[in-house]
Amino acid sequence: MNQAQADAPLLSRQVYGASLISILSRFAPVIFLVILMIVFAIIEPNFLRVNNLLQVARQVSITGLIAIGMTFVILTGGIDLSVGSLLALAGMTAAVVAKGGTANTLSLGATESTGYGVLAAILAAIAVGVIGGFIQGTLITRLGVPAFVVTLGGLSAFRGATLLLSGGGPIAGFDDTYKWWGQARLPEPEGIPVPVIIFLGFALLAHIVLRYTRYGRQIYAVGGNPEAARLSGLNVKLILLSVYVIVGFFAGLGGFVLSSRLGASEAVAGTGYELTVIASVVIGGTSLFGGEGSVLGTLIGSILIGVLTNGLVLMNVSPYVQQIIIGLITVLAVGFDRFVKSRRSI
Amino acid sequence: MDRALLKLERISKQFPGVNALDNVSLQIAPGEIHGLLGENGAGKSTLIKIMSGAYQPDSGTIELDGQRVHLTNPHRAQALGIVTIYQEFNLVPSLTVAENVFIGREPGQRGFVDWAALRRETLSITDRLGIHLNPMARVRNLSVAEQQMVEIARALSMRSRIIIMDEPTSALSGHEVQQLFKIVRDLKTQGLGIIFVTHRLEEVHEICERITVLRDGRNAGTENVTDLSTADIIRMMVGRSMDELFHRSAVHEFGDIALEVRNLSRQGSARDPNATLLHNISFTVRRGEILGIAGLAGAGRTELARAIFGADAFDSGMIIIGDKVTRIRSPQQAIQHGIGLVPEDRKQQALFLALAVRQNLSIASLASIAQWGVFVNEKAEMSLVERFRDALNIRMASPEQKILNLSGGNQQKVVLARWLALQPKVLIVDEPTRGIDVAAKAEVHQLLDKMARSGIAVIMISSELPEIMGMSDRILTMREGKLTGEVLRADANEEKLMQLMTLSAKDAVA
Repeated sequence: MNQAQADAPLLSRQVYGASLISILSRFAPVIFLVILMIVFAIIEPNFLRVNNLLQVARQVSITGLIAIGMTFVILTGGIDLSVGSLLALAGMTAAVVAKGGTANTLSLGATESTGYGVLAAILAAIAVGVIGGFIQGTLITRLGVPAFVVTLGGLSAFRGATLLLSGGGPIAGFDDTYKWWGQARLPEPEGIPVPVIIFLGFALLAHIVLRYTRYGRQIYAVGGNPEAARLSGLNVKLILLSVYVIVGFFAGLGGFVLSSRLGASEAVAGTGYELTVIASVVIGGTSLFGGEGSVLGTLIGSILIGVLTNGLVLMNVSPYVQQIIIGLITVLAVGFDRFVKSRRSI
Repeated sequence: MDRALLKLERISKQFPGVNALDNVSLQIAPGEIHGLLGENGAGKSTLIKIMSGAYQPDSGTIELDGQRVHLTNPHRAQALGIVTIYQEFNLVPSLTVAENVFIGREPGQRGFVDWAALRRETLSITDRLGIHLNPMARVRNLSVAEQQMVEIARALSMRSRIIIMDEPTSALSGHEVQQLFKIVRDLKTQGLGIIFVTHRLEEVHEICERITVLRDGRNAGTENVTDLSTADIIRMMVGRSMDELFHRSAVHEFGDIALEVRNLSRQGSARDPNATLLHNISFTVRRGEILGIAGLAGAGRTELARAIFGADAFDSGMIIIGDKVTRIRSPQQAIQHGIGLVPEDRKQQALFLALAVRQNLSIASLASIAQWGVFVNEKAEMSLVERFRDALNIRMASPEQKILNLSGGNQQKVVLARWLALQPKVLIVDEPTRGIDVAAKAEVHQLLDKMARSGIAVIMISSELPEIMGMSDRILTMREGKLTGEVLRADANEEKLMQLMTLSAKDAVA
C-alpha cells in the first residue's frame, strides 16, 4: 500500500471537518443579518420599506467607507484608532478650501464662497487623510512604536489640529456642487444616495484588490505570518506602511462626504467613529490577529450595525441600550472567532 | 553508589510519530555532579522536562529519597526541591535581583512585601554562594553570568536538592565558567545533586563525576568520568540509527563557485548578550554541490544561514556571488541574487497557516505570475501548483486545501517548491527533515539530491549526523560561532565530526 492511500481517509476527514466549521464561521455574519432583518420586519413592518433601507445604507456609508480601509489595517494585524479625528481634520480642511478660509464663514452669505471649488476640496481632504496615514504608518514601521499607541496619539493630535484649523466654530454654507456628494440621489429624487454609491463602489474595488491582486495576497501573508513573509522576500515594512495610507485615504474621503452630507464641517465630527468602524470590521469576521477576513465581511458587518441601530430606533429602544447591544455583539463576534480558531488548532 | 537522591527508572515518553524517550534510567546521588550528554534530538530536553514536571512520562517511575513521587507540574517539582535552570533564563528583567530570587514567594504579610526581609534573605543566599550581587540591582542591567547567578540563587532559595543546569556554560566566558564551576562544587559539598547538561566535552572531565549519555532516546551508558577518554564519550554519543536513509551517490564534478563567504563576522550587541556570534567565517560552495554544515545547537549554523540570506545583519565580511561582491541587506535582495532559504522552524518562519497550499506555494513568485505585475493570474498559479504537486509528489486533497491540514513532510515539500519556482542558484536548507516522518525524509533527501544535480548549490544544515554524512559532498563543522573543520565526504565519520563539533580547536588537535 502506498502512502497516498494511507493518507486518504485522514485527509478527507480533516478537509470536511475543517470546512464545516469554516463555512459556519464564514457565513455567520450573513446568517445573523438575515435573522435580524426578519425579526425587525415582523415587529415593525415599516422596516422593510425601500426608503427606510436606503436610509440605513446612507447612515452606514461613511463609517462603512472607513471600515473598508480599516479592513486592510486589521488584516495585517494592526489597528487605527485615529480615523474619527482624521476624518474631522479632512472634513474641516475640505470646508476651508471650499470656502477659502475660516474667517469668511460669517462675512459671506450662506452659499457664497471665495474658495477653490469642490474638486480642490475633495483632493485636499484626501491629501490630509493620506498624509496623516503616511505619518502614522512611518512611525509604526520605522520607529517600531505599536500601532495602538501611534494612532491613539493621532486620535488626540488630529482632533486638536481640527480645532485649531476651525478657529472654534463650524464652517457651513456650501454651494450645491459641494453638497451633491453627500445629499444627492441617483436618480433624483428617490434613487440611491450618492454616499451609498461611493461606499459600494470602493467596497467593490477593495474586494478586487484584496482578492485578485498580488498586493492583496501579500497583505494576507504579512498579516498571517510577518516573519515568513519577510523570509519569502516580501517588503513587509512597505506593505504595513501602505495599509495606514489606505485607511487614511478613506478617512479623508469620508471626512469630505460627511461634511457634504451635513452641509457643515464641525470640529467634533466623527467622534467615536473608530469604535463603530472597528466593530464593523470585526463583526464581519476579520480576525484582529491578522491574516484572515474580507471586505465582503466588512460590508456585511457595516450593514449589520446599521440595521441593528435602525431597527432598535424603530422599536423605540433607547440609544443608550443600542450602544450596549452593539458592544455585546462586537465581543461575541470576537469570542466566536477565537472559538473557531481553538477548534481548528486541534 | 550508596544512596540515590533522585532515581528515574525506565522512563518512556512518546510524541506523535516520535519515540522521544525509551526506557531511560538515571540516578543522582547527593553531592554528585552528573553530566547528561547526547546529540541534538537524543532526548536530553525531554528528560529534563520530565524531571522538572513540564512533561509527564508515559511509563516509568521517579523516586526522590527512595519515595515514589509524581511530578505532575513544574510547581510540584520545585516544591519537592527539583529546580531546573534553563538555557533561556526565566527572569523578569525589569525587577530587582531580590524580587527575582523570591518571585511569587516574597516574604511579608497580608499582601505587603517586607523589603528588609527580602533584601536580607537574598544576601544570605548570595553569601552562601560566595558571590557579590546587589539585591536591589535591576536584572536587566546584569551580565549574562550574573543573571545566571540570580537563577542559581533562586534555586537555592527554594531549598532545592537537585539542580538541573541546561547548558549553563554556553553563554559564559572562560573566567565566568571557572566561577560557575566553583559555585557548582560548593553546592556539591552542601549535598545537592547537580545534573549538568553540556555540549562542551572538555568540561565534562573538569566538572562531572559521572555521566549518562543518551542516544536516540535510549540510555547509551552511565560511566564514571575517570574511566573515559574524550574519544570514548564521543563514541557513546554517535551512532544514531536512521531508517531508510537516502544516500546520495558520489559526485565528483561540480560547477563554478556559486557562493563565496569571506570573513563573515557578527559581534554581539549590548542589547542582546545571548546572541550567537559569528567569527570570521569563510567558505565556498559550488554549483551542483551539497555542502553540509554540522554543529550542535547554538553553534551558529542558523545564524550563519540567516546572515547570508539577509535576514539578520552582520558586522563585517563579504558575500560573493558569481564573481561579484554583493550587498545583501534583506531577504528580498538575497532572493534577487538567486539565494533561497528553507528555515528551520516551518510553522513560525515559513508557513502561512491560514492560507491554502496554493497561496503558500506561490507567495515568493507572485511577480512572475501576475498580469501587468498587478493581478494574480490564477490559471498560471494553478499550473504552477500542479507542476510541483507532480514533480515533488505533494499529497494534498486540492490546491485549495489549507496548508495547516497537510502532514509535516508535505508542508516541507510546499516550502521547497516555493523556492524551486524561483529557480535559485543557491538554496540553504536549515534542518530540512525536522519533524517529518521517515518516508517523507527519504523523499526530501531525494529532492535535495535532484536539485543539486540540476546545478543548484545546496547548503544543508542538519543536527543529524547520518543525514549530514549521507547527503553532503563536503561537510563544514561549527562550534560556538566558528568554523572548526572541513571534511570531505570520503573522509567523514561520526566520531571525527562529533570531535570537531564538540571540542575547541586546541583540544581537537591534542
